[in-house]
Amino acid sequence: MSTETHQPAESAESGDELAVEAAIASPEVIADSLGEYLRLLFRRIRSGESGALPVTIGLVAIVIYFQARNSLFLSPGNLVNLLIQGAPYIILGMAEVFVLLLGEIDLSVGYSGAVCAVITAWSVFSVPWWVAILLGLATGAVIGTIFGLLITRLRLPSFVVTLSGLLGYEGLMIVLVARSGHGPGGSIPISNTIIDDLTEGNLSPVAGWIVMVVIVAVAAAILLLRDRQRRAANLVTPPLSVTGLKILVMAVAGVVVVLVGNADRGTALVSLRGVPWVVLIVLGVLAVWTVLLGRTRFGRYVYAIGGNAEAARRAGVSLNAVRTLCFTLAGVTAAIAGIVLASRLGSISTDTDGGQLVLFAVAAAVIGGTHLFGGHGKMINALLGGLVVAAIYNGLGLLGMSAAATYIVTSLVLLAAVTVDALSRRGSRAT
Amino acid sequence: MTTPSAADGARPASSGGRAPSPAATTTNPAGRPAQEPPLLELRGVGKNFGPVRALSDIDLTIPVGQVTALVGDNGAGKSTLIKTVSGIWQPDHGEILWRGRPVHLHSPKAATDLGIATVYQDLALCDNLDIVQNMFLGREEMKYFQLDEISMELAAKQTLADLSVVTVRSIRQPVGSLSGGQRQAVAVAKAVMQQAQLVIMDEPTAALGVTQTRVVLELIDQLSSRGIAVLVISHNLNDVVNVADRVAVLYLGRLAAVAPIKDLDTGTIVELMTTGRSSRVAATPGEPAHATSQPGAGPGTPTAGGTPGNGTVGHHTGEAP
Repeated sequence: MSTETHQPAESAESGDELAVEAAIASPEVIADSLGEYLRLLFRRIRSGESGALPVTIGLVAIVIYFQARNSLFLSPGNLVNLLIQGAPYIILGMAEVFVLLLGEIDLSVGYSGAVCAVITAWSVFSVPWWVAILLGLATGAVIGTIFGLLITRLRLPSFVVTLSGLLGYEGLMIVLVARSGHGPGGSIPISNTIIDDLTEGNLSPVAGWIVMVVIVAVAAAILLLRDRQRRAANLVTPPLSVTGLKILVMAVAGVVVVLVGNADRGTALVSLRGVPWVVLIVLGVLAVWTVLLGRTRFGRYVYAIGGNAEAARRAGVSLNAVRTLCFTLAGVTAAIAGIVLASRLGSISTDTDGGQLVLFAVAAAVIGGTHLFGGHGKMINALLGGLVVAAIYNGLGLLGMSAAATYIVTSLVLLAAVTVDALSRRGSRAT
Repeated sequence: MTTPSAADGARPASSGGRAPSPAATTTNPAGRPAQEPPLLELRGVGKNFGPVRALSDIDLTIPVGQVTALVGDNGAGKSTLIKTVSGIWQPDHGEILWRGRPVHLHSPKAATDLGIATVYQDLALCDNLDIVQNMFLGREEMKYFQLDEISMELAAKQTLADLSVVTVRSIRQPVGSLSGGQRQAVAVAKAVMQQAQLVIMDEPTAALGVTQTRVVLELIDQLSSRGIAVLVISHNLNDVVNVADRVAVLYLGRLAAVAPIKDLDTGTIVELMTTGRSSRVAATPGEPAHATSQPGAGPGTPTAGGTPGNGTVGHHTGEAP
């Protein structure tokens, strides 16, 4: 029940306001029944305030299209392949979300991630695998921090600084691969089975079920607990049916992933089954970054700066520190993506196309619903958008399309997503 | 020539009726002028931008719990004065006293720490954050290393209820979805929650409809009834007459008059705003004169008359541009 009442005496003026409020406010905060929730959600989408639903619908449409064109698309083997292919795009998309939320952009994440992967692949010849991974992540942090400092202290535009990074880190990557002495053919092989298994390894079928049940149970417990605390404090609480629906969606998604992963996708001779490890890596990064953005002061300030930097400054927020930290975190996240990519390819090569990677990363974040100009977006956007990008990439590959066609289609999807973003911004400003 | 002479028709208009405020007299109910220093006092404050004299010799007191309206034509120095008080710019001359003690407002934060909150309609809020998030921006409450959303929401709800702001449907809706009046209310509630003792509002009713203007004016009343001083800039003299206890008129960087609202009508205010003088203010006979400036009154010299804040009208006529 809403305890803040609106005055009926407020006449037509506030009648219009309520319509606007209902359109822009999140349905959870207003609806007191499932029916009203769905009605408000629909009205919100129609008014251009895109949440996760449009990209989900888009994803379903893409899946149906490719399945109709090639029945292999929805085979377990291809779906698992799609998840593994998509993981670097999704994680890079999450890196991009940090800076997009500020209204900045990082064009270098593709090659800086590759440089970090080179550091990991090189150092794992001489140090334990976890030290090598930490070295890679630290490299990402340093790269991101340098960008952050240049952009905040010297007030350089992030577009240009990271564009120079795009070029510079490609060069650095080539130099490092050559200098390492492990890459005569222009690529350093991953010499460690654990790093290899990040994408090649699978959970056992039983472990997959257990992990899935635990994840869904924990997420459900967090949602229900939060609702209960709000109810106890006599605050507006989403109706139980809405929370139940969310939990149901999570559970169904979990069951589907485990069913697909556990289906035998091997050959007639060798059976291959199990959810790949990389799914857990993606979910882990998603969970940690979501908590950081949603439940901490830092996260709140990121949104505040993206929304109105001057207001944040007046509130005492240290703009430079928060901005720099965002670039640092983007660098670390890019390093994770680079290591996952190297794991999938079994090596890190000077042929790595960081330019394409960064476009896929921005596409993943924006297609998922992150605003290009700051203030709106969540980590989950990168997951959904990354799946769309991966599905297009994978599906066009299955149809035997050329790389050129893949680029063109992906660019068109990105353009469509940016257009939707711009139109929805115009819509919300007009109100 | 920055100091007007005492002879230029400084006008009396002191009257015991409306000022000092009830809050100011609580320590001194005997009917004498309050001995408690005013909340904020400017003494001989001047501000130059290069050769341009934006403010000169401003003597102004802001008493506790009263609404002081600051009016003046464009370029009269209203914004400069407000920015000086809110710590954005430092005065070149004169001094600022807070509760009788000289203070240096070297930054907006210094002003905020004292309890001076400046409410801007657009600058202070993040459209993408909800009402609670905006009200606690920069001072979030934490619990178990996480934002304590529940206690923040409860406190925000309470503050809004105290200010009789009940028109928002949910305090979890983004501020971008609010009307102008509601945004003002959120910004003011934020200031109140941060224990502001002086709330400065810059054109709070500009661009607002009739209903929303009423909401904001009621909010200003709420503030003063809670003992919070309000300094409000407005072009809308109707609003000023409705809500202010005292009016300060700026004319070309000088304080043309400070008087209780009941001693002025809109015609007089307009006259003061446009010419810096008014024949009608002069027409109050038999009152002791209190010039706001005296010959040789330099920075730091106490205001003549000794009853700052009691509705002195200073009427400068020299210094025509």
